[in-house]
Amino acid sequence: MIPFVPLDYETLRLIWWLLLGVLLIAFAIMDGFDLGVAALLPFVARNDDERRIVINTIGPVWEGNQVWLILGGGAIFAAWPALYATSFSGFYLAMMVILIAIILRPVGFKYRSKLTEPRWRAFWDWGLFVGGFIPALIFGVAVGNVLRGVPFRFDDAMRVVYEGNFFGLLMPFALLSGLVSLAMLVAHGASMLMMKTSGAIYERARVYGSYAALATIVLFALAGIWIALGFKGYAVTGIQDTGGPSNPLGKTAVAEAGAWLANYGRHPWMMVAPLAGFLGSALALFAYQRRLAGFAFVSTALAIFGIISTAGLSIFPFLLPSSLDPNASLTVWDASSSHLTLWIMLLATLVFLPIVLAYTAFVYRVMRGKVTSDELGKNPNAY
Amino acid sequence: MFDIDVVTLSRLQFAATAMYHFLFVPLTLGLSFLLAIMESVYVMTGREIWRRMTMFWGTLFGINFAMGVATGVVMEFQFGMNWSYYSHYVGDIFGAPLAIEGLMAFFLEATFIGMFFFGWDRLSKVGHLIVTWLVAFGANFSALWILIANGWMQNPVGAIFNPDTMRMEIADFAAVIFNPVAQAKFVHTVSAGYVTGAIFVMAVSAWYLLKGRHIEIAKRSMAVAASFGLAASLSVVVLGDESGYLATENQKMKVAAMEAMWHTEPAPAAINLIAFPDSAKQENSFAISIPYVLGIIGTRSLTQELPGIVNLVEDAKVRIRNGIAAYVALQKVRSDKTDTEARATFDKSWRDLGYGLLVKLYRPDIENATEADIAKAAELTIPDVPLMFWAFRVMVGLGFYFIGFFAVAFWVASRHKLGEKRWMLWVAVFSIPLPWVAVEVGWLVAEAGRQPWSIEGVLPTFYAASGLTVADLVISLGIFLLIYSSLAVVEIYLMLHAIRKGPAAPERPEPQGAGVLPAAVAAEPQIK
Repeated sequence: MIPFVPLDYETLRLIWWLLLGVLLIAFAIMDGFDLGVAALLPFVARNDDERRIVINTIGPVWEGNQVWLILGGGAIFAAWPALYATSFSGFYLAMMVILIAIILRPVGFKYRSKLTEPRWRAFWDWGLFVGGFIPALIFGVAVGNVLRGVPFRFDDAMRVVYEGNFFGLLMPFALLSGLVSLAMLVAHGASMLMMKTSGAIYERARVYGSYAALATIVLFALAGIWIALGFKGYAVTGIQDTGGPSNPLGKTAVAEAGAWLANYGRHPWMMVAPLAGFLGSALALFAYQRRLAGFAFVSTALAIFGIISTAGLSIFPFLLPSSLDPNASLTVWDASSSHLTLWIMLLATLVFLPIVLAYTAFVYRVMRGKVTSDELGKNPNAY
Repeated sequence: MFDIDVVTLSRLQFAATAMYHFLFVPLTLGLSFLLAIMESVYVMTGREIWRRMTMFWGTLFGINFAMGVATGVVMEFQFGMNWSYYSHYVGDIFGAPLAIEGLMAFFLEATFIGMFFFGWDRLSKVGHLIVTWLVAFGANFSALWILIANGWMQNPVGAIFNPDTMRMEIADFAAVIFNPVAQAKFVHTVSAGYVTGAIFVMAVSAWYLLKGRHIEIAKRSMAVAASFGLAASLSVVVLGDESGYLATENQKMKVAAMEAMWHTEPAPAAINLIAFPDSAKQENSFAISIPYVLGIIGTRSLTQELPGIVNLVEDAKVRIRNGIAAYVALQKVRSDKTDTEARATFDKSWRDLGYGLLVKLYRPDIENATEADIAKAAELTIPDVPLMFWAFRVMVGLGFYFIGFFAVAFWVASRHKLGEKRWMLWVAVFSIPLPWVAVEVGWLVAEAGRQPWSIEGVLPTFYAASGLTVADLVISLGIFLLIYSSLAVVEIYLMLHAIRKGPAAPERPEPQGAGVLPAAVAAEPQIK
């Protein structure tokens, strides 16, 4: 009944775990600088002219960048439906907050400059700031909650039963994760601003970027120390059939202190990830000092890659641990789509992702160069 | 176990999001092609006025597109947020077209839309034209993949239920893509979008002509929109009819409800032109019907019968009993994989499992269902008949109105009399809300018509919701309604502002008295 699939189920699950990482990192690098620039808007721009320049550094590209988020959501739905169902409903009100921010973004960009009244513009500037600041923070809070474990279990029909609430999400460790995420994306946004602007905005971006990169190092280190000092991770205890049907109830798991560090003991090469997080932020600090905008951007991107990989590798093979019933935790091996769906989706990705990357590169090439007040005056379509 | 208020509120929230999203999508679909056509004329003739037209309609396109994006992301996330059991149950199949939509279509549209606005001076003429066409194709590919996903909800082909994972899994991806229901829905829906774009351009241009402003741009825009709209309105009706015909194959209840046909009539069935359906008595208190027509539309024959609502309820009872048997067998298979007898029972009747689940609304332990429970569950399969009947008639009536409207407009335009027929211009102005009425009631027919199912015959809507609290939903619904209605006001205000401002002034003088049809313009000597 099932057509021939040349890769076994276990391999495909691992590939999709990697692709999930690629999508999340791509989202954080591509849309991350949009979020960071928006979060910096009130700080780096002091008058309407400067604010327009800042908004237009990302104006032509942010829409394409946001698709990484939409694609990430779609890919989780298609490749990890159990993860999609459990996390999106479990984090319901937190997702609402993100959605409000995401609704404000497109209209903020598009509507702000359609009218000249200062109050109108100030309102949308505020909207754009919220639309950048809130998602940058909340995505990190969500990761913090994943590391802590989420209070869910399944009933006999595999329906998710969730026993948490919104304020339960705002515990200290999750807030710390949120700040890590905010700091790294603000640093990334500052790098982009340096590449696309000059003069006063460039200088302010350099200063705020330095603070943000420094904060990233300190906060990321704090999170690491917290995890090392008796933070409860999760570990699979019963043997898992890595190629079996996707049913999270077929294994046993426990919560135990230090479990999130176990992978680094078993596979020391994984230390590359946290090192990249620190190294990227440190190189960014250096680049800000030496006014090397392009190098700063590559460095903050490296930091993002390292920090997100650290979270992913620490919890592997978990995707979403359950604090209520560790046995019900979702893992790479028991929460995926069927063998055939993973294969079809892989083929679609292999065909379309290179095309997407090619035209995205083309667009950035066409839109290269600094944004200036003169140029904005000439383009009636500028934001 | 089933909190109906949560289900009702979740349905309200999803309906609000979807209907709100669908205020913007059809205009995006239609305007994107109209922009591409106008810019093509610009590139072919080199006449600056066509560039100004493209930029002017592009501004309105951009205001509308922003809202389409903002509401589209909400749609995608709501599947997981509000319908988590649905996401678990069918994510293996439904998630794939959604993800491919992002990968193949939305990326294209969203990446190039920035270039459309910011690339005018950075790209060659042909380069920019290609960008505009890519935006239009991206929008339409998006619709294709979304409607493949939606078509699967109406006609769930190519999937089987896996007892090990307790969900539907894919068996034949080609069947999902080439699902005839999905293909018919796609062409019907995008055509409706083209009609929306065409009426929008007609109405705004007509208003300019009535006010005597931007005459050259308005005449040309109207001529393009009239020809595009005529083709689109013809296809929306023809392809809508095809959609209805396909529904008679797999959604007999939907068709019967659309026609308020309570009892099976001898073939060929008459169509009820007007009727007052009475759901409590299960009959129409008044009806005017035309013989033969429904039989021909629904079955393309004079001999095939179309079953009535009451008869379909009887069929549902049989399927519910089967479904209960499948459910009982499923429980046995899950506790003991070696139970081959139970497995055989399940394999024979799993296609009715969804019907068995309908009983869960009345009795969680469905294996002990009484005849009364089964009868109540069977009654549940009837959608809201008066709503379906009237929504369908409004949609079809408007479809025919659009054909008439565009035929007249096209005739007037091709005789170069657009500026003279003021009645025609007023009709165009007042037609502006009609395509939105048509697409929203069309959406009602398609979606309310498949209730009580979230996946036709497979997963009842009430069973698909997330385990949220009423408070969660009241908060989120309240916030959505507040934001949506404020933004709708802002959007309309900005649209009117941009329309009042009109197209930018020409950079060099335009020659007077030029022809208004694209073909006529293309034949003129180039001024550049």
